[in-house]
Amino acid sequence: MLSIKNLHASIEGTPILKGINLEIKAGEVHAIMGPNGSGKSTLASVLAGREEYEVTEGEVTFKGKDLLELSPEDRAREGVFLAFQYPVEIPGVSTTNFLRTAVNQVREYRGQEALDAVKFLSLMKEKMKLVEIDQKLMSRALNEGFSGGEKKRNEIFQMAMLEPTLSVLDETDSGLDIDALRIVSNGVNKLKSKDNATVVVTHYQRLLDYIVPDFVHVLYKGQIVKSGTKELAMELEEKGYDWIKAEVDGASV
Amino acid sequence: MTTLTHNKITGSILDLAKAQTSFGTLRQSAIKFIEENGLPAQKAEEYKFTPIVKKLESKLSNFHLAAATSISQSDVEQAMIPGLEADVLVFDNGHFSPALSSYTQDNYTVSLFSELDEQGQSTIGQVAKIEKDPFTALNSAIFADGISIEVQKNKAVTKPIVFMHFMQANQGDIIAPRIYIHGAEGTEASFLEQIISTDDKAYFFNPVVEVKVERNAHLRYYKLQDENPEALGVNNLEADIHRDATFTTVTLSLRGDMLRNNLNLNLLDSGCEGNMYGLYLLGETTHVDNHTNVDHTMPHSESNELYKGILADKSRGVFNGKIFVRQDAQKTNAFQQNNNILLSNEAIINTKPQLEIWADDVKCSHGCTTGQLDEEALFYLQARGIGKDQAKALLLYAFAGEVMDHIKIDVLKEHFIGLVQARLEKF
Ligand SMILES: Nc1ncnc2c1ncn2[C@@H]1O[C@H](COP(=O)(O)OP(=O)(O)OP(=O)(O)O)[C@@H](O)[C@H]1O
Ligand SMILES: [Mg+2]
Repeated sequence: MLSIKNLHASIEGTPILKGINLEIKAGEVHAIMGPNGSGKSTLASVLAGREEYEVTEGEVTFKGKDLLELSPEDRAREGVFLAFQYPVEIPGVSTTNFLRTAVNQVREYRGQEALDAVKFLSLMKEKMKLVEIDQKLMSRALNEGFSGGEKKRNEIFQMAMLEPTLSVLDETDSGLDIDALRIVSNGVNKLKSKDNATVVVTHYQRLLDYIVPDFVHVLYKGQIVKSGTKELAMELEEKGYDWIKAEVDGASV
Repeated sequence: MTTLTHNKITGSILDLAKAQTSFGTLRQSAIKFIEENGLPAQKAEEYKFTPIVKKLESKLSNFHLAAATSISQSDVEQAMIPGLEADVLVFDNGHFSPALSSYTQDNYTVSLFSELDEQGQSTIGQVAKIEKDPFTALNSAIFADGISIEVQKNKAVTKPIVFMHFMQANQGDIIAPRIYIHGAEGTEASFLEQIISTDDKAYFFNPVVEVKVERNAHLRYYKLQDENPEALGVNNLEADIHRDATFTTVTLSLRGDMLRNNLNLNLLDSGCEGNMYGLYLLGETTHVDNHTNVDHTMPHSESNELYKGILADKSRGVFNGKIFVRQDAQKTNAFQQNNNILLSNEAIINTKPQLEIWADDVKCSHGCTTGQLDEEALFYLQARGIGKDQAKALLLYAFAGEVMDHIKIDVLKEHFIGLVQARLEKF
C-alpha cells in the first residue's frame, strides 16, 4: 500500500530524513519509535504533504501512485490521514462545518454523492460514539480551547469520519489518561480492517498493549535503524534507546 | 496652507460652483473654503496615504458635473438584491430619478431639495460641515439637487430604503449626489447604499449624506462598494446623534481604484450610541481608505467600531480611527478595533488609531493588528481533504465574518456574505 524508498527530506536546508525505507501492506499496523528529534513527525508531515519540508531524494508510492506529486488535499482524498501531534486551533471555523466540508470534498473526489445535512449528522453521531467525544465540542470552533485529550480524541474522530486507508497517528497517546487511551485505542482498533493500514508513532509501549503492532521500527537521526516485532518495543521500554544509539553511533565512527 | 493645493481641478470646481444658483449661503461658504484652502495636496496630513487629487488630475478628462444618462428599468432590476423587499431610490449619475425609483413612502416622505421650503432648505449642510473635509466642501459647492428623507415621528419604516447609484462617466466625470436623512424622534429605519459602475470608465463619486438621528431614533446605514477598477471616490457621511438614539453603519468595500470613506459620527447627548463596522477585501491595485471620526460630547454615550481587512496583490488599505472624548463626556464607552490580514508582500495597510480624551472617567479601548494567513491552520484543513482555495476562504471568512453579524436584515446579510465568500475564494 505504501512504499517508501530512500527518502531524504530537509527543512530550511537542514537534512532531517536521511534515507528512510519502509514497506507497509494493507491490514498491517506499524509502530515507529525513537528518541525526541529523530524525525518521526517530519516523516509524518512529509507523507501528509507539508510544503516546508523539501524532499531531496527518494520516492514514496501510495496505492501505486506517486504520493509526493499530490497536493496535501489530494493525499487526504486518496486516503492518507495524519493525526497531528499538535492539532492546530482554528478560531472562527466550527468543527461541524469544517467536517462537513472535508467529508464532502473527500466524497466528491472518490465519486460518492455529497451528504446532506441529515445524513451527515447521523454519520457524525455514529462516529462520535466510537471515540466517545462530547457533542458540545462539535459546535465549538475547531480545537479552540480544547483540552489536550479532547484534541487527540477529535483527531481520531476525524479519522473515523474520513475513513482513510492509511492512518498515521503521531503521538496520539501523549497526554491521554488511561481511560482516554483505552477509548481512543478502541476506536482505532474498530476502524482497522484488512484493507487499511495504521502507523502509530509513540514513545510508550503502553499504547502498543492496546494497538498491537505487527512491526516496530526505531527511527534515529533520520533513518530507520532497527526493525522488529512488538518485543522490540518491550525491550526499548526496559532499556531505553542508549544501546541502539551506541550501536549506530559506534558503527558510524 | 502649504499642504493644500490650488490646481486646475480647484479652478474647474469653482467655475462649476459659481454656475449653481440655489443654496446661496451654503454654496458661498463652500466656495470660500475651497478658495482659501484648495484641495488636499499629497503632503496634507489627512490625505497623505490617499493621493486622491493626483489621481483626479491624472484620470479625469471631462471635469464637470455628470448629467443623467440612460439607465433603464432593467438596469435597476438587475442591480436589485435578490429577495430583498425594499423601497428603491435610483440616482442616475447623481441625479435622483423618480421614474426609475419605486417606493411607498410608508411612514416617511421623499422630497427633492428644490421642492423644500426655505426652512427645509436651510437644514441642508447643517450636519455635514464644510470645514470637516475639503470633499464635503467640494460637494457642497457643486451639487445640483438632492433628496431629503423625512421619517415620521415614532414610526418604523419596515422595508429598507435603498439608494441605488448608477455611474456612467461619459456624461461628465464628477458625480455628486446629496442626501439628507431626518430620523425624527422614536423612528426606526434602515438604508442601503449601492454603487453601480455601468461601464469600466473612470469617474469621481463624491456624495454627501447627512443624517440627523433625533431622540430615541434608531437608524442603520449599509454601504456596498463594488465598483469598477477605475473608480475614484470620496464618500462623506456625517451623522448627528441625539439623546438615546443609535446610528450604525456597515460598509463593505470590494473594488475600485481609490476610494476614500469619510465617516463622522457626532454623539451629541447622553444615552446615544454610534457604531461603525467595516470590511474591506482588496486585490489588484485597489486602494480603500476608511477615515472615521466619533465625537463624544456628553456623558454616558457609547461607540463601537470594528474594521477588518484582507489585502492581496498590490492593494492598499488605510484605516484612521479618531475618537474624541470631550471634557463633559464622562462615563463614555468607546471601543475600536482594526484587524488586517496581508496576503501578499506587496499589499500595504496603514492603520492609525487617534484618541483624544479630555474626560477622566471613561472606558476606552483600541487595538490594531496586522498578520498573515495562518499557514499551519491552512495545512491542517488541507490535510483533511479540503482544497487549498476553499481552505483559505474558510480561514479568511473565520477572520472576516464577524463584521457581517452586524447586518440585521437577513436577506441583505446573506447577500453580503455571498459577496464576501465569492471574493474570498478568489484570493
Ligand atoms: N522548522 C524547523 N526548522 C529547523 N529544524 C526543524 C524544524 N522543524 C523540525 N526541525 C528539527 O527536525 C528534527 C526532527 O524533528 P521531529 O519533529 O520530526 O522529531 P520527532 O522525532 O517527531 O520528535 P518528538 O519525539 O519530540 O516529537 C528536530 O531536530 C527538529 O528540531
Ligand atoms: Mg514528533
